[in-house]
Amino acid sequence: MKHLLTAALGRDEAIALLDSAEDMHEVQSHQLKKLPALRGRTVVNAFFENSTRTRSSFEIAGKWLSADVINVSGSSSSVSKGESLRDTVLTLAAMGVDGIVIRHGDSGAAALTADWLAASHPQVRVLNAGDGAHEHPTQALLDAFALRRRIHGTASRGKGLDGVRIAIVGDIAHSRVARSNALLLPALGAEVTLVAPPTLLPTGVETWNTQVTTDLDAAIAQQPDAVMMLRVQLERQQGAFVPSVGDYILGWSLTDARHRALPESTVLMHPGPLNRGLEISSKAAEAMQSAVLEQVTSGVSVRMAALYALVAGEDQA
Amino acid sequence: MTTLIRGAQLLGAERTDVLIDDGIIAEVGSVARADTVIDADGLIALPGLVDLHTHLREPGGEQSETIATGSSAAAKGGFTAVFAMANTAPVADTVAVVEQVADRGRAAGLVHVQPIGAVTVGLAGRELAEIGMMAASRARVRVFSDDGKCVFDPLLMRRALEYVKPFGGVIAQHAQEPRLTEGAVMNDSALSGTLGLGGWPAVAEESIIARDALLAEQTGSRVHICHVSTAGSVDVLRWAKARGIAITAEVTPHHLMLTEELISGYDSVYKVNPPLRRDEDVQALREAVADGTIDIVATDHAPHAPEQKLTSFGDAAFGMVGLESALPVVLRSLVEPGHIEVADIARILSSAPAAIGGILGYDKPLTVGAPANITLVDTSASRTFSADDLAGRSTNSPFIGVELPGTVEHVLFEGRATVREGLVIHD
Repeated sequence: MKHLLTAALGRDEAIALLDSAEDMHEVQSHQLKKLPALRGRTVVNAFFENSTRTRSSFEIAGKWLSADVINVSGSSSSVSKGESLRDTVLTLAAMGVDGIVIRHGDSGAAALTADWLAASHPQVRVLNAGDGAHEHPTQALLDAFALRRRIHGTASRGKGLDGVRIAIVGDIAHSRVARSNALLLPALGAEVTLVAPPTLLPTGVETWNTQVTTDLDAAIAQQPDAVMMLRVQLERQQGAFVPSVGDYILGWSLTDARHRALPESTVLMHPGPLNRGLEISSKAAEAMQSAVLEQVTSGVSVRMAALYALVAGEDQA
Repeated sequence: MTTLIRGAQLLGAERTDVLIDDGIIAEVGSVARADTVIDADGLIALPGLVDLHTHLREPGGEQSETIATGSSAAAKGGFTAVFAMANTAPVADTVAVVEQVADRGRAAGLVHVQPIGAVTVGLAGRELAEIGMMAASRARVRVFSDDGKCVFDPLLMRRALEYVKPFGGVIAQHAQEPRLTEGAVMNDSALSGTLGLGGWPAVAEESIIARDALLAEQTGSRVHICHVSTAGSVDVLRWAKARGIAITAEVTPHHLMLTEELISGYDSVYKVNPPLRRDEDVQALREAVADGTIDIVATDHAPHAPEQKLTSFGDAAFGMVGLESALPVVLRSLVEPGHIEVADIARILSSAPAAIGGILGYDKPLTVGAPANITLVDTSASRTFSADDLAGRSTNSPFIGVELPGTVEHVLFEGRATVREGLVIHD
């Protein structure tokens, strides 16, 4: 793997990454967490969009692998600063970094970064930490990782998510988490159902490798193995996607009643941060808390695995 | 001072000589001698091409293009007249700006630069610009457009149509329903869904065309639809024309050839407004040119400096340059598949846009007494289109690297050579 731009990975490739993340996870239970794998390597976290969780997660992952980690943040609209995104990326590459972890508010920013580097800095690896409404591959990997551990426990290595049924609920249209999961989870053998108000389903979603419904109660009646609730962004209401908060809760919130209708064994997931009382009731959120924190821990393991796979390449000194 | 074009193939006629004297075609037939001779053996003589939709960027956008560099791009593409869109900074919404644009075009001397006036002050869509004063000015403005923005307010659109009617003006509408296209950067489709890019639905174009057709009917005035991009728009136009409404329409070369799949790699050279659509749309647009539903091809030449393009797809500017590639793309997308004949190019890229825009000298091309605006083309030549084929200041062409037919060999503008052996002549 040259870059990690998308969660559209092959099954074997994905399982290899998840297995590597298992190794990293083990190390995290040690007293001394630091591995020397990326000593002497430099990773830049180039975050053009605000993020605390993902950036800290990548930062910790890099540091536990002994890489020198530098954080760069900036406004998404680099044009307004008079420097194009391409110039910014090439400037960072020219400083001699080994990997660029990029988060940007515009879809395609990570893929373009890789393209721009190809000619002049082909050795620099690019990790997509979220590009607009497009993809967030490490989030999907950590979701798959956490889910696989919940289902297979310590016997997870080498396994996919065959036959596991997952409902992803919320603003699918604007969600990079949903897009990446809709690519990765089916590749691992899972059956994904996307659940959203009709106004928050992307154009052409019927062509995706998933089931689609607007009826959350019907999805819950199927007794899925996992339910992933996406964060609802209230500011999008200007786009008239849903008439009101009440309307959203009525149709698509994981209320107490819907929570009770799910089997005990159903894994509740959320990429965070949670809007309690909106996409999820406080009680359901409490019940979910452990899984959500597990997801966060998994995030560090998965990002260590991704950085290791890309930046530690054997061709490098 | 006389110029002789020797042995050119005239449209619908034999190979012949054309003598030009003092900017006017003096003789068509066998001519013995002249001060200057252009060997046109194997070349087709087209009337000078006319682009109803060009962004010259001056004033205000000189890092991308100037009136002089845009004139150079136009000449290189075989044009002898271009209509300069009003979305400059300051906006061409006053007599001062349109006269300045016309004057600078004259000073550049490569093509007739005909200013387009804004419909509304500052393109803001709130109040009408000085339409009457611009029409009466030295710039003699006849086309008014807020291009880049839609004249969305239906009352303002109605008033604008009524206002230009007495002097035979036309409103050129950028048909884009603004609310339906908030955040839109590409065609609304399964591809926009997977790429996570904001979708620009066809209905946002088609609904405005339908509304404006009805307003044109009600006011009895003329409306022109810029850069038609969807099959549904073609249906609406066909209906409006059948009803006898005074509506005309243009399609860009890029919408006749390119489709949305090109955006898969997020390359902003393909970011344009309206966006590249589906293959079905391309086919419908070609057929619409063939049957006259779409009257003309216009480039929407939109130069951008590299900083405006070398960024994320969302941040990048909309638009592509098109003057130099227009004729080759028309040959590839319309003539080669048999939708039109070479002779039809004289209509869709010269006489019809001149008539819509109200400029003189293009109604009886290549006849004795007509102004000598002549483009000599080698339609059999083929080459890989490259940055060397561009003569403007910007290089944001989606056709670089594409094999295209047809080269412009010589251009005469008012009898004067502006292009010789494919190269623009700068005095």
